[in-house]
Amino acid sequence: MSFYGLVDGTEASLKSYLGKLSGVDQVGAEARASMLATRSIKTTSKRWAIDTAITMVDLTTLEGADTPGKVKALCTKAVRPDPTDTTVPSVGAVCVYNDMVSVARAHLDLIGGQHVPVAAVSTAFPSGRASMPVKIQDTQDAIDAGAAEIDMVIDRGAFLAGRYIDVFNEIVQIRQICGNKAHLKVIFETGELVTYDNVRKASFLAMAAGADFIKTSTGKVAPAATPPVVLVMLEAVRDFYEMTQVRIGVKPAGGIRNTKDAIKQLVLVNETVGPDWLNPKLFRIGASALLNDLLMQRMKMDDGYYTSPQYVTMD
Amino acid sequence: MSDRIDVKKTYKLYINGAFPRTESGRTYEVKNAKGVFIANPCLASRKDLRDAVVAARAAHSGWNKATAYNRGQILYRIAEMLEGRRGQFVEEIVSITGATKVKADKEVTEAIDRLVWYAGWTDKIASLAGSTNPVAGPFYNFTIPESMGVIAAIAPEAPSLLGLIDAVAPIITSGNTVVVLASTKAPLSAMTFAEVLATSDLPAGVINILTGKKDEIAPWMASHMDIDALDISGLSSEKHADIKVAGAENLKRIHSFKSADPGRIIAFMEAKTVWHPIGL
Amino acid sequence: MTFEYAPAPESRAIVTIKPKYGHFIGGKFVAGGKHFPTINPATEEVLSQIALAGKADVDAAVKAARKAYTSTWSKMSGKERGKYLYRIARIMQERAREFAVLETLDNGKPIRESRDTDIPLAAAHFFYHAGWADKLEYAGLGTSPKPLGVAGQIIPWNFPLLMLAWKVAPALAAGNTVVLKPAESTPLTALLFAEVCQQAELPAGVVNIVTGDGSTGALIVNHPGIDKIAFTGSTEVGKIIARAVAPTNKSVTLELGGKAANIVFDDAPIDETVEGIVNGIFFNQGHVCCAGSRLLLQENVAEEVLHKLKNRMQKIRVGDPMDKNTDVGAINSKEQLAKIIELAAVGDSEGAERWSPECKLPSKGFWFAPTIFTGVTQAHRIAREEIFGPVLSVLTFRTPAEAIEKANNTPFGLSAGIWSEKGSRTLWASQQLRAGVIWANTFNKFDPTSPFGGYKESGWGREGGRHGLAAYLKGVSHE
Repeated sequence: MSFYGLVDGTEASLKSYLGKLSGVDQVGAEARASMLATRSIKTTSKRWAIDTAITMVDLTTLEGADTPGKVKALCTKAVRPDPTDTTVPSVGAVCVYNDMVSVARAHLDLIGGQHVPVAAVSTAFPSGRASMPVKIQDTQDAIDAGAAEIDMVIDRGAFLAGRYIDVFNEIVQIRQICGNKAHLKVIFETGELVTYDNVRKASFLAMAAGADFIKTSTGKVAPAATPPVVLVMLEAVRDFYEMTQVRIGVKPAGGIRNTKDAIKQLVLVNETVGPDWLNPKLFRIGASALLNDLLMQRMKMDDGYYTSPQYVTMD
Repeated sequence: MSDRIDVKKTYKLYINGAFPRTESGRTYEVKNAKGVFIANPCLASRKDLRDAVVAARAAHSGWNKATAYNRGQILYRIAEMLEGRRGQFVEEIVSITGATKVKADKEVTEAIDRLVWYAGWTDKIASLAGSTNPVAGPFYNFTIPESMGVIAAIAPEAPSLLGLIDAVAPIITSGNTVVVLASTKAPLSAMTFAEVLATSDLPAGVINILTGKKDEIAPWMASHMDIDALDISGLSSEKHADIKVAGAENLKRIHSFKSADPGRIIAFMEAKTVWHPIGL
Repeated sequence: MTFEYAPAPESRAIVTIKPKYGHFIGGKFVAGGKHFPTINPATEEVLSQIALAGKADVDAAVKAARKAYTSTWSKMSGKERGKYLYRIARIMQERAREFAVLETLDNGKPIRESRDTDIPLAAAHFFYHAGWADKLEYAGLGTSPKPLGVAGQIIPWNFPLLMLAWKVAPALAAGNTVVLKPAESTPLTALLFAEVCQQAELPAGVVNIVTGDGSTGALIVNHPGIDKIAFTGSTEVGKIIARAVAPTNKSVTLELGGKAANIVFDDAPIDETVEGIVNGIFFNQGHVCCAGSRLLLQENVAEEVLHKLKNRMQKIRVGDPMDKNTDVGAINSKEQLAKIIELAAVGDSEGAERWSPECKLPSKGFWFAPTIFTGVTQAHRIAREEIFGPVLSVLTFRTPAEAIEKANNTPFGLSAGIWSEKGSRTLWASQQLRAGVIWANTFNKFDPTSPFGGYKESGWGREGGRHGLAAYLKGVSHE
């Protein structure tokens, strides 16, 4: 692999590449993110933003208690989020553990949801604490079962210990397993990387290693997809595009529970990387509860009054 | 053998650590209280002032950068040197002012003690005049006082030694450099004090001493654009207004004082406030 | 479909602007004689008619202030004075929305700034100084510091209410009474503040507000019944004041012009630096004495920073100040706009390269697009003179020492910025810079606890913090 000509695969070249990154000032980044949170958008844009956000949702269930029944219900909701309104688009993907991929794929196909991809969390999600052969097998299984998107976690232990080359090589190997069958999303678990400097570094590392998407969190660790974390990742994506002319996607996951939060994320995208990224090919939101709030807001816009959770489906 | 002819001293200026004659070639006659001729000190010109300011400006960076501890030791060293030559100062004060030996001795003692007092202030004034400021936000914010630059001072006519030291010591304590015009009528102890300075580790240019006429030099001090502030304690109050008007051209900080206290040091310092974010 | 921001205009229904205002003297509004209009610079709409104070009005205000000083305010305990200031702070918070809207209407600044910066900070200044009123003996000025008497205060148009707070709050806390003149083009929030004084039941005459132009200011400066002059404005006028008070015993504080260097080292956190550059020069349309108007870029990152800066500038939203999405509002006055246009033209003629993002400017009102000039050297007028508008001059440097030398190569010394991730370099630079406020990895931050003021020709004294309080109390050592 050429790694966009940015690194040659050696530890020395990776160090040099990452060493050139500028730092991130926490206070400044947070101030910028909170300033952008004050932007208000047009009503017509808001309707568009809600529908766009729905198409960006990676509708997720990642519980030890997941069953085929639960996953099927999720798939149904993914294809037709509002059974009473056919103008509501399908979500971006359903996101499940790898043993549920085949269940999800089969059910989606059964109900006319061929267009909705299945994303599988992988590489010993959420901790990433397993041997490389296990991680490879984990990924291979998911792809074999029909996953079109792989959400892998990085080895945060290796990252925090400064073994960037190990993190890099894991991504490279998983990228190879994905081949052209699956999109690769790389999860940083920003709540464990802690600093924005680390988030920026992880972003550039993952992008050079072949990530199609960079993703904030597993949803199992707080804080997760805070606006400044997403801002820092979007800035990295913007800079990477300028360096390589390649557009990398961003997926905040965890903590985005309502329409207001989702629209704030879209504002961040619009102001930082621009409208090119405002589509599900380049921006996804990992969430479960968010979808219903988007639906309720959509109803409110259509009907002119506030709705109740009773009127949206619980799955 | 008692008919030996004294070797009399030529009193010159003290600029940049050297003792030049005035570039103007002018001197004026100093007589004692009884009207007896004592000396022909230099009648400094505006060009001497200009040269002194150049020296003071050049010396500022180094003196300002010196540690407070180092400045304190040098001020203390000046006191040591003054103590060692106290007899000569007493004699000069007596000869020129006609003061009693006891009175002159008291002035010299006070002058020495005053230098020791200021020596101790060099590394304490910042904690008095500085602060950390608890701003409402994720910022570390502190205010530190620092020296202003080049200060010009007019020493009072009397007491000629103590007044001179009260003018220059608080100014240099914080890292400023100074050009001072000594007492016109009694300039001898100022110029002898320059000899003390020359032998006390004080870097050249930190203190520059001129002798001459206030009316001639003060307006040039007030209008000089490379002087940051003035101590006009030695100038009669009816002349302050004109000096302040001229000094407004570069907004000089102009002060006059009645006593020695830490406020005298702080008056010639600028408060600098620094903000820096606190974050990971 | 695209993603568009809505015009989200703040409602102006919350404010009631009278067709005509008088002065506030001795606790009452009194009719003025001659009047002049104050306008909304974003629309050129006349908002109200403002009284032009003449000698009789200023005399009356000084007399009221003196009476309040001798009979009430100087005799009142600090504890009680403080309570009045706390009341004022609270009422300003209660009426914050009203103040913000009025400020934006009269000044042209974006509602986001008046709402999030000017008004909250103004209230904070009163709250902070309220707490000083009964603690003056701990301010490091001796065991029994005394007020100066009647303070004449002349404030500028760039932060009308905030500058009022910077002046009035410490003066009152220290036990002085005041005669304040707001700027000719932005008197409305000061007049609303007069109502706050009434609601707080502040004793009559403690705060007196006279409106007018420079001639009114001169009457205050030269008034024999005033003990202290506090002025914020241009260095040119500051010098006139310094000369005018030279023969008197008035104390003076001056907060004057600046031409701040904003220094970007090659290890700066680039994205936040770009934000800081934008905030440094385009905050409040660049009508900021401490604006980071000279950008000094280390040559090895100059291209990258400029590229990012230009991209970022394209996102700046210029327009209706009442729109909550607006980043840069209207230039405060026709005169100021003319001055900015003239100096920018000088930049062109001196060979600097001008660049502005594409932005549609409203047809009415006074507007100037955010502008940068590259290829500027120390010798250019736009690198030396205060433009007081949204115009940034960009220079480069090769070594830290060269950066400092360029930064200090000005008669001003109000503020400076440093952008670097290296602590030792930041501290070194902050020591070397000859300026009263140094922002490292941030810019244009203000706080009542933080002393503000300049070196050299940027003024005399500090405002804010313990240092600012000292400007309203009799010093121990010097006359």
